[in-house]
Order: sequence, then structure tokens, then C-alpha cells
Amino acid sequence: MNKADLINSVYVFMLAAFIGFEVIRRVSPLLHTPLMSLTNALDAIAVVGAIILAGEHKSTLAAVLGTIAIVAATSNIVGGFIITDRMLKMFKSSRTQKP
Amino acid sequence: MIPGAEHIIEITYIIAAALFILSLKWLSSPATARRGVWAGEAGMLLAIIGTLLYQGIVEYKWIAIALVLGAIIGVPLGNVAMTAVPQRTALSHAFGALCVTLVGTAEFYLRAPNIPPFMMSVLSLEVILGGLTITGSLMAAGKLQEILPQRPITYKGQNIVNLGMLAVAIGIAVYLVHDPSAMQLYPFMVGIALIFGVMLIIPIGGADMPTVISLLNSYAGLSAAAMGFVLNSKLLIVAGALDGASGFILSVNMSKAMNRSFTNVLFGAFGQVQATAAGAEAEARSVRSATPEEAAAILSAANKVVIVPGYGMAVAQAQHKVRELYDALTKRGVDVKFGIHPVAGRMPGHMNVLLAEADIPYDKLLDMDEVNADMPQTDVALVIGANDVTNPAARSDTTSPIYGMPILDVDKAHTVMVIKRSMNPGFAGIDNPLYYLDNNLMLFGDAKAFVGSIVRELSGGASHG
Repeated sequence: MNKADLINSVYVFMLAAFIGFEVIRRVSPLLHTPLMSLTNALDAIAVVGAIILAGEHKSTLAAVLGTIAIVAATSNIVGGFIITDRMLKMFKSSRTQKP
Repeated sequence: MIPGAEHIIEITYIIAAALFILSLKWLSSPATARRGVWAGEAGMLLAIIGTLLYQGIVEYKWIAIALVLGAIIGVPLGNVAMTAVPQRTALSHAFGALCVTLVGTAEFYLRAPNIPPFMMSVLSLEVILGGLTITGSLMAAGKLQEILPQRPITYKGQNIVNLGMLAVAIGIAVYLVHDPSAMQLYPFMVGIALIFGVMLIIPIGGADMPTVISLLNSYAGLSAAAMGFVLNSKLLIVAGALDGASGFILSVNMSKAMNRSFTNVLFGAFGQVQATAAGAEAEARSVRSATPEEAAAILSAANKVVIVPGYGMAVAQAQHKVRELYDALTKRGVDVKFGIHPVAGRMPGHMNVLLAEADIPYDKLLDMDEVNADMPQTDVALVIGANDVTNPAARSDTTSPIYGMPILDVDKAHTVMVIKRSMNPGFAGIDNPLYYLDNNLMLFGDAKAFVGSIVRELSGGASHG
């Protein structure tokens, strides 16, 4: 990573953190549990790093660790999205609900 | 080989990052929230497909096996009961951190000893935060699942031991930044971080879990962002920053709701519940109690009722009976709302999910500020399985251990009714002066059975069963 890349990355981090604060501040406390399971699933985007490690096969150690990392991250992606959707389905307004 | 695959990958990543931000934006309201999940899924799928186009990938077999295996583990984890969501969340923090730590470790051994100082710094940050999040989250999940004892375990000098360990791990990191060829030190750094995670959670009791889970969420996000710096992946930096920000905001919310300073939370010195005040005023004060018949009569005569549920309601599995009570009262024209304290339940927002599962409309679930503004005009406040969050001593008694904690002002309602098994104090061992007030009635019994009796009375006592 050269200096220009580094500075770009720091900018990206700073901007994303600000967007994160502004967007997440507006999430209703009603939905804080789904918020946490959703951000957890999104965080599992780390799987892309693991895929490259496992796929490049630069060393046996890297490939093995990468493969285990894919399993861990994929379970978060699949489980996280399923449970978030299950929770959100349960939130109904009294206006849309049948008596 | 696809020409220009690198550009295609970059484009999928940029779209994925935009979709992730939209995903969280749409989550702000229940009306658009499910669209948020779809945006997240689309972004994730796009990024994974994009990554699979990467030209450096020589071996697809293990990637495919790992993806399938992960999905097989993920499906049951996505289908746990709603009461088990806190431990599932803790477990998923551990998995996320495991992924980050393993990738960081692989990168270290691939690159060492030629690692520039900045790279080594963020890599150390990645694996130290990742390592402590793995074991810390596993401990939290174990406590929530009640595999491990929920009681806080404390000993003298705990904070010094913990901070000392952290200092050693950081010391090794600093040494490695200066001299990445000292590869034999790396396992110690990760090992100490793993032990530190265990030690960090040992002194924490069940009621502090909302703060702890939020904090671990934040750590998991920050370690993923650090991984993004190591891999020079902007997408990962964005996702990690979003997750870190979310965990940070929730941690601050939770610590405010428990009246703990944020530095206190950050340095892990929380969970030390001061169990001192119990029985300090053991004078024989009288409490008034009521039967289910009397409670039903008072509730049906009310215009406005606020129900305050606590974790005790979830433990007693009373939420479906509470829904029946809500139905019976609403049918009689009583306006029923729910007052939810931010730390009700075992993670942020847990109580809302449990009530939504019991089919209670979300517009009836009010947060603390909304419901407190209404409290003086409320005829009956019914407290089910909550204790400390209704304790007026938090407002008035400067000697109380929970003084300053924001509470639900149920004592300002015309009548308060508290369903409770006995007069034993709550988890913090703090006496609740609410129970001795003139406008308070105690309803002694199991939450589920007692609410069931009230419902039977309201429906004319005809439908026994």
C-alpha cells in the first residue's frame, strides 16, 4: 500500500464513519435488534478477503485459514439476513393489522 | 479470462457499498425496513460474485465447499427462537471476528518479514480487536445461553491484570511494527488477545449484556475496517465503519440508559454492580396488594393504560398472555400502550422484538421519553417483570447505587400495579420505594399466570382453561 492509497483509505473510513453515524442515529429504537443483526451480516463482507486468500493459494496455511474464514463469514451472512428478515416481518402497524 | 475483470470487480464493490448504506437508511423505519434487508442481500451477492471473477483465483473447489458449509451452519442460526436472539448475535460477533482474525493471521505470514510499519499497525489492531472479540463474544453467548454462570466473577486487582494483559499485547504489536521479522512473537500477541477477551467478560453479569453486546459489535466492526486497510479494500472499510459506528451508537445509548460513563464502558470496567444498598432501610413499611379480580376491575375502569414489560416477562414467557390482555382491554375501549426502557431485555431493542412476535402493533410500543411525557395522564401503569427501571430512587435518592439512571416514571400514573413473585429486590439488590407508595398495588404471583387470571376476569370469567 503506497501513501496515496493510504490517504484515500483514511478518507473513505472517515466519510463512511460519518455516514454511519448520521444514518444509524435515525434508526428507531424499535429496530435496534434487527439493526445489530443486519450490520453483523453486512460486516461479513470480510468474506471477500477470505475468498481471495483461499483462491490464490499462495501458501497452504493461507488457503486453510482462508477456507475456515469463508465458512465463518458465510454463516453470518446467511444467518444474519434470515433472522433480520424474520424479525422485521413481525413488526406490524395497528393500521395494517386485521382486527 | 474476462477482459477488464478488475474494473468489473471495482464496479460491483462500489455498487455494493452504496447498497449497504441504503440498507441501513431503509432500516430507519419499520415501513421500509424489509427493503433494507433486500438491499443488503443484493449488495452482498454482487460483491461475492465480483470477487469470484478475480483473476488471481486458481482454485475454486474449496471456496465452493466453504460457502456451502457456511450456508448450512447459517440457516439454523437464522432460525433460532426470538428469546435466543441475544446469544445468537453474540455468537455471530464471534464468527465475524474469527474470519477477520484468520485473514489477518494469513496475511501476516504471507507478508512477513516485509511489512511496512503502517500495515503492521493496522494488522495488529485487526487481530487484537478480532481476537478479544472472538473469545469475549463466546463468553457472552455462553452466559446468555446459561451454559456459563451468569453471576459476575470478580477478584482483587482485576482491572490491573486486564489492563496489564492488554498493555503486553500492545507492546508486542509495537515491537512487531518496528521489527516484523520477529515472527515468533506474533502467536503471543493473538494468544494474549484471546485470553483478554475471556477476562474482560468474566466480571460481567446478565443485566449488563446489552452494553457488552453493543461494545463487541463495535469491536467486530472496527476490526473489519482495519482488515480493509490491510487488504486495501474500500468496500471492507465502508462496511466495517458502518458496523463500528452502529455498535458505538448502541453502546453509548446503553451506557446512558444505565447511567454509566462511556469511558467506564470503553475500558471494560463495567459490570461491577454495587450490591450494597439492599435492606439498608429495613423498616417495616406496608405494601398494598390486590387480587386478579380487583386488578381486572381497575384496568377495565381505566381510559389509558401503560404496560411496562421487563426481562422477567420474557423469562416467564408471558408475552402471549400480555397480548391477550391487550386485546381484552382494547376491545373495551381502553387505550393501551407499552413503555419500553432502552435496557429492557438482554440486548438493545430485544423487548420490542419479543412484543412484535406476540403480534402487538409496533405503534403501541413507545420509548422512554414518549411514555414519560404521557405518564401523568395515565390511569394505570402495569409493571410486568421490570424492577430497577421503575425505581423512583434513581430520581431522588442521591445515595442509591442507581441514582441518575433514567427511569420510566410509573409512579406518576394515578395507579401503579406491579406483578412480582415476592418482595425480594431485583438483580442489583436495590430496594424499590415504588412498592410502598400509596398509589401502588402489588400483584403477587407468576407473571404469566397472573396476567392469564386478569384476562379471564375481563372476559367474564366464563372461559376457564
